Amino acid sequence: MIKVSPKIKRILVPIISIIAGFLVGAIIMLIWNYNPIQAYSSMFASALGNMNGIGETIREASPLIFTAIGFAIASKAGFFNIGLPGQAQAGWLTSIWIVLAYPNMPKIILLPLAIIVGTIAGALVAGVAGYLRAQFGTNEVITTIMLNYIVLYTCQYLMQQVMSPNLRIDTDTTKNISSNGSLKINWLTNMFGGSRINAGIFLALVAIIIYWFLMKKTTMGFEIKSVGANPFASRYAGMSSKKNIILSMLLSGSFAGLGGVVQGLGTYQNYFTQTTSLDIGWDGLSVALLGGSTTIGILLAAILFSILKIGGLGMQTIAGIPYEIVSIVIAAIIFFVAISYVIGLLFKTKDKKNNYQQPQRKERGPNNGIDGSNIEVGKKGQI
Amino acid sequence: MEKETKNIIEMRHIVKDFNGFKANNNINLTLQKGEILALLGENGAGKSTLMRILSGLLEPTAGEIYVRGKKVDIKDPTVAKNLGIGMVHQHFMLMESFTVLENIILGHESTKGPILDLKKAAKQVSALAKRYGLTLDLNARVADITVAQQQKVEILKVLYRGADILIFDEPTAVLTPQEVTEFIKILKGLAKEGKSIILITHKLEEIKEAADRVIVIRAGKSVGTFDVAAVSDDRLAELMVGRHVNMTLTKPQVKAGKEILNVKDLHVKDNRGIMAVKGLSFAIHAGEILGLAGIDGNGQDELVEAITGLRHVTSGSVIINNKDMTNQKVRKITEAGVAHIPADRQKYGLILQFPLADNLALQTYYRPPLSKHAIINHKAIHEHAEKLIKQFDIRTTSATLLASDLSGGNQQKAIIARELDLKSDLIIAFQPTRGLDVGAIEYIHKQLLAQRSAGKAILLISYELDEIMQLSDRIVVLHDGQASGEVKPEETSNKELGLLMTGAKTEGTNHD
Ligand SMILES: Nc1ncnc2c1ncn2[C@@H]1O[C@H](COP(=O)(O)OP(=O)(O)OP(=O)(O)O)[C@@H](O)[C@H]1O
Ligand SMILES: [Mg+2]
Repeated sequence: MIKVSPKIKRILVPIISIIAGFLVGAIIMLIWNYNPIQAYSSMFASALGNMNGIGETIREASPLIFTAIGFAIASKAGFFNIGLPGQAQAGWLTSIWIVLAYPNMPKIILLPLAIIVGTIAGALVAGVAGYLRAQFGTNEVITTIMLNYIVLYTCQYLMQQVMSPNLRIDTDTTKNISSNGSLKINWLTNMFGGSRINAGIFLALVAIIIYWFLMKKTTMGFEIKSVGANPFASRYAGMSSKKNIILSMLLSGSFAGLGGVVQGLGTYQNYFTQTTSLDIGWDGLSVALLGGSTTIGILLAAILFSILKIGGLGMQTIAGIPYEIVSIVIAAIIFFVAISYVIGLLFKTKDKKNNYQQPQRKERGPNNGIDGSNIEVGKKGQI
Repeated sequence: MEKETKNIIEMRHIVKDFNGFKANNNINLTLQKGEILALLGENGAGKSTLMRILSGLLEPTAGEIYVRGKKVDIKDPTVAKNLGIGMVHQHFMLMESFTVLENIILGHESTKGPILDLKKAAKQVSALAKRYGLTLDLNARVADITVAQQQKVEILKVLYRGADILIFDEPTAVLTPQEVTEFIKILKGLAKEGKSIILITHKLEEIKEAADRVIVIRAGKSVGTFDVAAVSDDRLAELMVGRHVNMTLTKPQVKAGKEILNVKDLHVKDNRGIMAVKGLSFAIHAGEILGLAGIDGNGQDELVEAITGLRHVTSGSVIINNKDMTNQKVRKITEAGVAHIPADRQKYGLILQFPLADNLALQTYYRPPLSKHAIINHKAIHEHAEKLIKQFDIRTTSATLLASDLSGGNQQKAIIARELDLKSDLIIAFQPTRGLDVGAIEYIHKQLLAQRSAGKAILLISYELDEIMQLSDRIVVLHDGQASGEVKPEETSNKELGLLMTGAKTEGTNHD
């Protein structure tokens, strides 16, 4: 075991985890007779090697930041919101629809309107789960999963049966939105070699600041964290758990919805039928967990994710590595980052056993069981 | 090693440094086989820390430990267990959603192949329970039983693991006087069987009764070890606090004022839906302390929760300051002038993962000066905390220390500080001095009397008869959810109270 101070450990552990992940990925590629050096260099070359790649990487990271914040807020309140894909999808479809419906409205009205509508759509979807939880104690894991399906097929129905055919190219694809409702910025696109980068990244950075402000500076954030950390003491202190459950889910859904908005108004410029739950939802969940729900953590994890995704495309096209292997390699890297806890065991901080109450203080937020019960007792509960 | 030793445990020059703060600073302790050694010290003196080191939960910064003459490195709880060391913690470590039985056998399950053999375990545990007089419903969920019963579960847990060096960290803090007597009998029985015991307690009379020797520590240093028979209570208190402690209180005359709390024909159900408070009525006036005596589990928890809005009132009414507050929201009741020192400080009183400062702000974070327009003023929260830390002598290294890192007694002091700072008309103090050292108890008692002089109404619920007798103006005895009598402290005796509490005598002499 190596002795280091806790501060250094905090920096070293993720770095070593990432390196370990890449090494394992390399071994996997070696087994299948691909050249890992060539593969990784094409990964970085395509994700970060030119302005277009950088632009795409940033573009890919933006919605993930939103969905990760969405997950983080709910988890601070003690909930496991895995309905992010559905909430994002609701935001995507509704924002596109609004813009398609009023293509000539001035940009200064139309764009904010579309963003707000998409946000509300995401919030409402999550709000359903929040309400059921608050009113009937329904487990939010189940309701949010089911809501993913409900949204998936409702969107399909709306597209095919309700949306005016004038707004569509065919039953599976809408027309492209007018520039009045688009997040594209010409100079940005030009600067990044014609990539799909858009104003979404600025919104995402603002969202991170809002998230930080909300959690650190507002009574609302204080209550959400309290309810998540100790629902009994929060009730004792006069906080309404019902209010906070619903509120945190609404907020969570808002951010997830915004992720969908950015994907629609920014990346794709249209909506097309989805056959499975949105990736940005699932990836956002991983990003939040990876980043420990902290602001910096979410930002860095989102960037790592998008480098892997964009770089993964490069690995296929440049290094000729099949999609399946690329997926395995990416999964291996994420896996190692995710279990960085294990890597942490290699180090002995000068004060390791002080932290016998570790489970409670590793993070101040969601130390609670998924069902909001206190599991801290169990974790340290051994004699 | 020197000649054959009868020291089963020897801790030498133990130092524990928490980021520059020495919670233990060169402590020496010896435990002899078959003895009961009491460990005495102020809140925050480092008792729990020392015992956590012995049971492998903390690693000492420096020092050596010898068990049965051999130097050992107790690097985790498993090592401690294999050495036969078992600890009952100050704060319970139970799984709330598990049953009593499941909690006791957790990690030590007897199995039939891969299948849990609960029947066999139940037999063993109930035999054990019977042998040591620890009556418990093995099938009850831990979440549904009282604090005192949870303590018994903890004790059974250690006994079930067959430890022969037993450490008890303030085991009696939650037991009723009768139960304490029982418990001490059990301890002595265990010692006679050759088990060696370390007992942490703040109660001098328990030390006198149970222990052979007592080791006193102050501010992380050992003050000395004494034969219990050869040292007086006063001397012990002085050694521990470092000054003379006045253990008798003078209660000034206060004229009772207007009615602050009126509880009428109150009916409240417990978690299982069974009526726990059955038609209770009483009133408390400004400048008055009403003591609620009774054996644990006779409706005290439900009563307090009903008054404070944490539990639904089935029927009857709660009037506070002439306003009907029955089944109102918790915050509304708090703002109507109610401060509440809860019995379970870690479940209700504190958010352990939060810093002390945030915990001190738990009742007032949402209004000026701690926040304005829903924006928290962290500077104000910090200043508020610093003020209370000073005023109530909360021993902590800083206001940002997590509540979980405060010593047990200082957690309690933090709650009391926060609640008294509300300056509410009604103070509900449920076991307010649980786990406090004599110096701190003296301080809290004086505080409560000062509140009384300031015209506050105080509902004092305590299983400590002495505390009730010393502080109360009137005493209502609770038995099976009803008042089995109302008496005045100067006109009653512990014996009469005891009878009323067990329901052996109902409706005592009413002195109004
Ligand atoms: N992890 C920690 N970090 C910093 N300080 C700590 C930590 N754990 C304990 N302390 C401090 O060490 C001191 C001793 O605490 P300890 O719990 O041993 O006291 P104690 O003697 O058991 O008191 P009590 O009678 O109140 O239970 C306290 O001041 C406490 O705040
Ligand atoms: Mg202690």
